[in-house]
Amino acid sequence: MQEKLIEVRGLTKKFGEFIAIDKLDFEVFKGEIFGFLGANGAGKTTAIKILCGLSYPSSGEVNVAGFDVYTQTEQLKLNIGYMSQKFSLYEDLTIYENIRFYGGIYGIGRKELHNKSMQLIRKFGLVNERNSLIADIPLGWKQKIAFSIAILHDPKIIFLDEPTGGVDPITRRQFWDLIYEVSGEGMTVFVTTHYMDEAEYCNRVSIMDEGKIVAIDTPNNLKSSFGAANMDEVFVKIARGTEK
Amino acid sequence: MKSFYGFIRKEFLHIFRDPRTLLILFGMPIAQIMIFGYVVTNEIKDIPIAILDHSKDQATREISNKLISSGYFKLVMNLTSLKEVEPAMKKGNVKEVIVFEPDFRKKMESGLPGSVQIIADASDPNTANLIVNYTFGIMQDYMAQYQQGKPNTIVPEVRMIYNEGLKGVYMFVPGTMALILMLISAMMTSISISREKELGTMEVLMVSPIKPFQIVVGKVIPYIGLSFINAVVIIVLGFFVFGLPVKGSLIILLLESLLFISLALSLGILISTVSNSQMVAMFISLLGLMLPTILLSGFIYPIENMPVVLQWISNLMPPKWFIIVVKNIMIKGEGWQFIWKETLIMMGMTAFFLLVAIRKFKIRLE
Amino acid sequence: MRTIFYIIQKEFIQVVRNRVMLPMMIIMPIFQMLVLLYAATLEMKHIELFVVDNDHTEASRTLVSKFEGSPFYKLSGHSASIKEAEKQMKKDKTDIILNIKKGFGESLNRGEGTDVQVLINAINGTKAGLINAYSLNVLSEYMGEYAKDKGLYSEQFSSGSLDVRYRYWFNAELNFKHFMLPGILVILVTIMGMALSAISFVKEKEIGTIEQINVTPIRKYQFLAGKLLPFWIIALFELAFGLTIGKIFFDIPIRGSLFLLFSFSSVYLLAVMGIGLFFSTITRTQQQIMLLFFFFNIVFILMSGLFTPVESMPQWAQTANVVNPLAYFMRVIRMIMLKGSGVQDILRELISLSIYAVLILSLAVWRYRKTS
Repeated sequence: MQEKLIEVRGLTKKFGEFIAIDKLDFEVFKGEIFGFLGANGAGKTTAIKILCGLSYPSSGEVNVAGFDVYTQTEQLKLNIGYMSQKFSLYEDLTIYENIRFYGGIYGIGRKELHNKSMQLIRKFGLVNERNSLIADIPLGWKQKIAFSIAILHDPKIIFLDEPTGGVDPITRRQFWDLIYEVSGEGMTVFVTTHYMDEAEYCNRVSIMDEGKIVAIDTPNNLKSSFGAANMDEVFVKIARGTEK
Repeated sequence: MKSFYGFIRKEFLHIFRDPRTLLILFGMPIAQIMIFGYVVTNEIKDIPIAILDHSKDQATREISNKLISSGYFKLVMNLTSLKEVEPAMKKGNVKEVIVFEPDFRKKMESGLPGSVQIIADASDPNTANLIVNYTFGIMQDYMAQYQQGKPNTIVPEVRMIYNEGLKGVYMFVPGTMALILMLISAMMTSISISREKELGTMEVLMVSPIKPFQIVVGKVIPYIGLSFINAVVIIVLGFFVFGLPVKGSLIILLLESLLFISLALSLGILISTVSNSQMVAMFISLLGLMLPTILLSGFIYPIENMPVVLQWISNLMPPKWFIIVVKNIMIKGEGWQFIWKETLIMMGMTAFFLLVAIRKFKIRLE
Repeated sequence: MRTIFYIIQKEFIQVVRNRVMLPMMIIMPIFQMLVLLYAATLEMKHIELFVVDNDHTEASRTLVSKFEGSPFYKLSGHSASIKEAEKQMKKDKTDIILNIKKGFGESLNRGEGTDVQVLINAINGTKAGLINAYSLNVLSEYMGEYAKDKGLYSEQFSSGSLDVRYRYWFNAELNFKHFMLPGILVILVTIMGMALSAISFVKEKEIGTIEQINVTPIRKYQFLAGKLLPFWIIALFELAFGLTIGKIFFDIPIRGSLFLLFSFSSVYLLAVMGIGLFFSTITRTQQQIMLLFFFFNIVFILMSGLFTPVESMPQWAQTANVVNPLAYFMRVIRMIMLKGSGVQDILRELISLSIYAVLILSLAVWRYRKTS
């Protein structure tokens, strides 16, 4: 089969007595768009933080892009991109300054950085706005810029934690076009969301509930095995199942 | 009303869930009182001095001993030449050098004045002034003994009114009360309200059924409690540790403290209406409240010594009036007739700050 | 190195763009120098003197005019009744009561010792101590002059008397501003250096941008250095600004080497900013860290010797001052500026602070966790 970029075995994270993640097992293959679904509080953000090297697991084995999250977090960070649900751009810097700053701390060369920044700015049609403060531009744009910054250093995997929270359907659609574009260029995408329609865009999805993965497959297989017309129904059925 | 209680609960939780903050809030008055009581004393004690004795006779030895055994001074160096004076002072450890000129006793016996030079490190002018005076006093004492009461002196009978022992406690207890209440009430509320603005949670609260007025009151109530407890702690510490009694009415003192707390809170609210980030709120509090509380209220530096312009400005400083009130009640044991003017001024200030804050708040809402 | 540059660049942009902080940085030193320096004075003038003279002799009148003639005293009133005087003191209308009892002049003329009563409002102990010192000076001066004028006891008076010459070094005019200005400069650069860098760090935590930084391969020391250096430069600039104001408006002496002063300040700033950054690694919100700052700075400032000589503090306090960077700087800045002390005079402090800076910065780097 294909090369595994993420390999997780028995991953558990406890906060005191509370078990946020309970023995997760899954893998993500090179080039796929992997959807990481679940209700709020199911443990998605905790899991993604561990995969990005922001938080240590309590137990279990985790390997991302060939690096171990216990011992090689810093090499790992060079090979991944991360866009958090919290807003990560500096409101008091301009679009251009934000791109330059993040590019700079990834160690991208000055000339290359300038070219890349301008290329991105042109791509989004923001040439005239490049010197406006982040505080003054609409949310949809901010998220696109945050995304481009997360992939500025050409990571192998990009982690997106609820990237489309709070934006309108058209902007969401445009955002997914961006995801397809980088995926087409060979980047692996790991995305959490609670919009079930977005789950349909993924190659494979996993569904988390109360710290456990309760289902993992392609959207079509999931729909047929649960006898559901769309992912929304799959999700509702799973939720009901665990309530019993 | 129910949502209002819920809101106050949230504010209390914010404070009590954070033991570190709580520890500082209660530890601060204690630490400050202790430092003022034991460290920042005005006493002259163990000042390092050096002696350069060109006479080395009985009189100079006796004077030297008298100086050292007084407790004010500590002999750290015996110099042998004037050249050593400057390096000794530049290194900073010697604050005063006493130079006995040659033939000190011989001169005294032959009826001439004995010559002595007192060289003080006046980079700290007040300390220099005090130690020179102390030194001179001790030398005069010796002379008086030597002359065995030859009647040529006026013996001043000095009495220190209200504070026999010149203890700092009479200054720092009222001052610390003003400072701590200002800090907790005004600075913490202004930062706490600005925080909601900075993090955007203020908008969430604004669209909720809670009225803006209730938001502010809810923010303020926990700090009233905290401040009041601190005021009591300071009074208790002053009494038990430093023996500072409350000569006047305790109830009036506590009521006045509550009035000052309200005044500080209204200031805090006003600051939060004009600042949109915590850092700004902090700097305004620092510049507008803390430094004036320490420096322009008569806490450490007497107001009468300041230029007239600053004396005028000091009238605008709320702590000035509070400190006067506290001193009058605690130390002089006065009642209403000596503090009604200050009380009215503080009430007026509270009303004024609240009115301005409400106006500002309304404008923001529209 | 290039990574650090990008952080510094970003911090500078953020400072310059902040509409409140930038003016604050310019106003604060001016305010501190011009207002606080005038406010923070223990120079005694206008000591309110109330006279109760029941003697009414030439001797008592001369004594009163001697007080009036001194630049420190201002006659606030006189009365024959001590009750009235005490009432005035109660109302805070007078600082010192000079009570000359009947028979004062007569005793003096007869060549006997005599006494006068001096009552000082001592609620402010420091002030009372100074007033006492001034008053005793006036009295002893009076005594000498009066005796000389009258040709009384001239023999006894000089016999066995003292010829004391006072010399006030480094500040012959006892100018209190020359003493306070360096102290205020210390507070200025401390607040600027310590608070700004640390708060900007905690703000990133609170807003969430720190996560985006933590997910990059940036080294911990690179991030902290990037946070430190811009404010280090700003604080040194503030020091220069404050010194300029002091020189222009107060003619403050700078007897030692400016280079030495700035070198020492650079090291000092590294230490206090290290403390600030360490605090920011153990706090989550700006409110928490500001409170921590207030607590520690008030303690540090009070113990540093800004107002009272460190030598008079109890031994444990002097020992505790080993960890108080302000105590080192307060001492050294006055030594360099007022006494012209050279590098060999402050070597011990310089070395201690360098070690301090290294330790506390390492502690901050160690305590900063990119991965929790």
